[in-house]
Amino acid sequence: MSDISLTVNGRQVRATVEDRTLLVHFLREHQGLTGTHVGCDTSQCGACVVHVDGKAMKSCSMLAAQVSGSTIVTIEGIANGADLHPVQAAFKEHHGLQCGFCTPGMIMSATDMIARHPEGLDEATVRVELEGNICRCTGYHNIVKAILAASQAMSKASKPKAKKAA
Amino acid sequence: MGMEGIGARVTRKEDKRFITGAGRYVDDMVVPGMKHAVFVRSPHAHAQIKKIDVKQAQAMPGVVAVLTGKELKADGIGNLICGWMIHSKDGSPMKMGAWSPLAFDRVRYVGDAVAIVIADTKGEARDAAEAVEVTYKELKAVVDAVKALEKGAPQLHPEADNNLIFDWEIGDAKATDAAIKAAHHVTRMKIVNNRLVPNAMEPRAALGHYDRGEDHYTCWTTSQNPHVARLVMSAFYNVAPENKLRVIAPDVGGGFGSKIFIYPEEVVCLWASKKAGVPVKWVADRTESFLTDAHGRDHHSTVEMAFDKNNRITGLKVDTVANLGAYMSLFSSSVPTYLYATLLSGQYNIPAIHANVRTVYTNTAPVDAYRGAGRPEATYLLERTMETAARELGVSPAELRRSNFITQFPHQTPVIMCYDAGDYGASLDAAMKAADYAGFAKRRDKARKAGKLRGIGMSCYIEACGIAPSAAVGSLGAGVGLWESAEVRVNAVGTIEVLTGSHSHGQGHETTFAQLVAGRFGVPIDSVSIVHGDTDKVQMGMGTYGSRSGAVGMSAIVKALDKVEAKAKKIAAHLLEADEGDIVIENGALKVAGTDKNVPWFQMALAAYTAHNLPSGMEAGLKETSFYDPTNFTFPAGCYICELEVDPETGLTEIIQFVAADDFGNIINPMIVEGQVHGGIAQGVGQAMLEGAFYDASGQLLTASYMDYTMPRADDLPSFKVSTSNTPCPGNPLGIKGCGEAGAIGSPPAVINALTDALGIADFTMPASPSRVWAAAQKH
Repeated sequence: MSDISLTVNGRQVRATVEDRTLLVHFLREHQGLTGTHVGCDTSQCGACVVHVDGKAMKSCSMLAAQVSGSTIVTIEGIANGADLHPVQAAFKEHHGLQCGFCTPGMIMSATDMIARHPEGLDEATVRVELEGNICRCTGYHNIVKAILAASQAMSKASKPKAKKAA
Repeated sequence: MGMEGIGARVTRKEDKRFITGAGRYVDDMVVPGMKHAVFVRSPHAHAQIKKIDVKQAQAMPGVVAVLTGKELKADGIGNLICGWMIHSKDGSPMKMGAWSPLAFDRVRYVGDAVAIVIADTKGEARDAAEAVEVTYKELKAVVDAVKALEKGAPQLHPEADNNLIFDWEIGDAKATDAAIKAAHHVTRMKIVNNRLVPNAMEPRAALGHYDRGEDHYTCWTTSQNPHVARLVMSAFYNVAPENKLRVIAPDVGGGFGSKIFIYPEEVVCLWASKKAGVPVKWVADRTESFLTDAHGRDHHSTVEMAFDKNNRITGLKVDTVANLGAYMSLFSSSVPTYLYATLLSGQYNIPAIHANVRTVYTNTAPVDAYRGAGRPEATYLLERTMETAARELGVSPAELRRSNFITQFPHQTPVIMCYDAGDYGASLDAAMKAADYAGFAKRRDKARKAGKLRGIGMSCYIEACGIAPSAAVGSLGAGVGLWESAEVRVNAVGTIEVLTGSHSHGQGHETTFAQLVAGRFGVPIDSVSIVHGDTDKVQMGMGTYGSRSGAVGMSAIVKALDKVEAKAKKIAAHLLEADEGDIVIENGALKVAGTDKNVPWFQMALAAYTAHNLPSGMEAGLKETSFYDPTNFTFPAGCYICELEVDPETGLTEIIQFVAADDFGNIINPMIVEGQVHGGIAQGVGQAMLEGAFYDASGQLLTASYMDYTMPRADDLPSFKVSTSNTPCPGNPLGIKGCGEAGAIGSPPAVINALTDALGIADFTMPASPSRVWAAAQKH
């Protein structure tokens, strides 16, 4: 058994877990955060993507014990209260989801992708960077559209601030 | 058309929970005292079970129970069945082999369940499952459907000599043979439709809960049709009578057909929840899904298409062997028969058609409906043959198709279907224009200079949706009626609940169905809730598959709304002291036409429930029910064009553009319809270029994970150009045809027609993986 202490969606969490407990199972079963999904067992589908210390990670491929001391953000934690995160809003606006099962992982990967590309994104880049997330419903068409729209919206929103700082 | 009514691009009501992580799938459900199950599965494709020793497993930490097929049988749980009776051409019924939910004497495919282990945690259940000792005597296996019919092939079921389930035919053999004999030209092909794994992103799952106080069972399951699950588990599997069994299909993460069927796991979890005295949850891991979800396709066909000297088709003869796997899944027999051969006329006027279909047992996972179900197989066969014929005849593929199009409606084909409406030329024109078909030669020449091989291919598909008129399918062997039910409850404050037997697992019913109601009564869409997926809430339903929820499910809602409207108008007329015939519903109020006298919708509803002032003899309340049974299938059709480029050095194929021009009849929400087409195309392109379920000769599935089975990913696909041209369906009140399967039906032949065009070869067996394309390109 391992004692772990970490921050999950802004809340300090302490727990004792079996050594073999995966991060995704810790989140789903111990924390009740069932928005993070398990769609495969080979780290391919990306339904389990969460942010670990600000980076998109597949939570099926990490032990809970590995992330002791880390800060985790899941799909439940990215909205600002009742205000959707721009990526969440864009997925709704552009019909970037159907059954919703891959959606949390898609959104968590997309927010990380947008953050890593402050210069902006184009379709080819989005498609290549989505390699680690599988969707069976949408054919990716509207997911790509949503991510491009969110990227634009977020860069517009951040520009005035950048000017002020300069 | 209002902002939220029919035809409006309304964003989805259900999205909020999915984008915030608040969706509720079966694996998210927790019941007090719940334990976790792991199934012990056969590692062999074919073997006798000599002994199952569970002692060691039972003693493992956390283990609650280890149960086997013998105990299941002793408790009277029935065998799994196929619910669609097909008779062979000699009149004999199909040969259904026994399928016990837990195998006890013999296993017939890798993944066949032999025991269930229930423990405190999934990890403990998994550890204990490995400690269950099963002694097998291995038998020879056969995985190829054609080989399974050969003399001396391993035999799967004593009921089925030579592994033959049925030998069925449709159409006029004599007339077709005569047409071929008299033909000016005959195009002959061998066509393989590759085996696929549906791969909904949510793995199958079941949670069985027996309440001993009430002697009542609840099953949460990943189902496209919870009422059918309840009916079948009650009437045939002897789990519990219907009034003692509640089936809930909450949010379901995609189905594509694979979640229609009732599988061993939900039956066993329910039974085990009573036997072990604890709620039992099972969730498939992905490899388990690959091994045990019903697969799709796997047809081996020969085709002969006869033409006269004017290039008119005079006859079509098809012989198909369809692999149904180790057992007959719930609707497996209907897929290669009435969902396949009845569509072999395509969009074409073909005077004589004959198809012979033999279905076969093999030591592979059961095969059943997967997105399109029979219709992709028919379309692929027909559209590959049309392409080949055009090349052989030296005419343009578009013009060969156009000159054979059906243009008069209704049109009776020689294979049962009567097409009600369509304009195939319009779809062809729209697709060719969107693809700049005329400019292709220039693009091909430019690509050639860059060392690339560019090809273009088209496919004109038709499908039969809106499944289906109950009496008609009953006469063809269906064990169920295929109507749909709806209940519309107007609450006392005027909000509306619609209870539907359709089930949404990505299709957006909570939005489109609400649009229908909001538009009809002029009430805000947020005041309309759609309730589905729970047999305790919705009285009865047949579920969602075969692109039926719009054409059949929404038609049932229309019928119930008609009744609600009639009563609402009576109440309003009474309150307004007007004639019922003068009442109109506009913008959320019931008005006396041509006057300013009106009663708001909510006041009318309140009046219905206070019942202080209702017309004499009228019952209180405002709630209506309907069962809608369609009068015909619907016939969506369209034209798809694929342009692609092969790099002959690497075998990599890039899709340059993909165009879809569909005719779905009237459309409720264009945004959702486009989404359905996008997803269907991705699955069709996946079939053509990436996907294939492969077994080795011993029956081991070689493609049992996402490391081995190539799922379409974002960088495998382009953005799609989709459009619609709508001829309303005359057969249902909304004029809807259905859009759920078209993409998967129309796209594979368009891709392979383009690929063979690029490579300059006659045929190519799917999937067009880089190594296979590279090998073919070397011969170029």
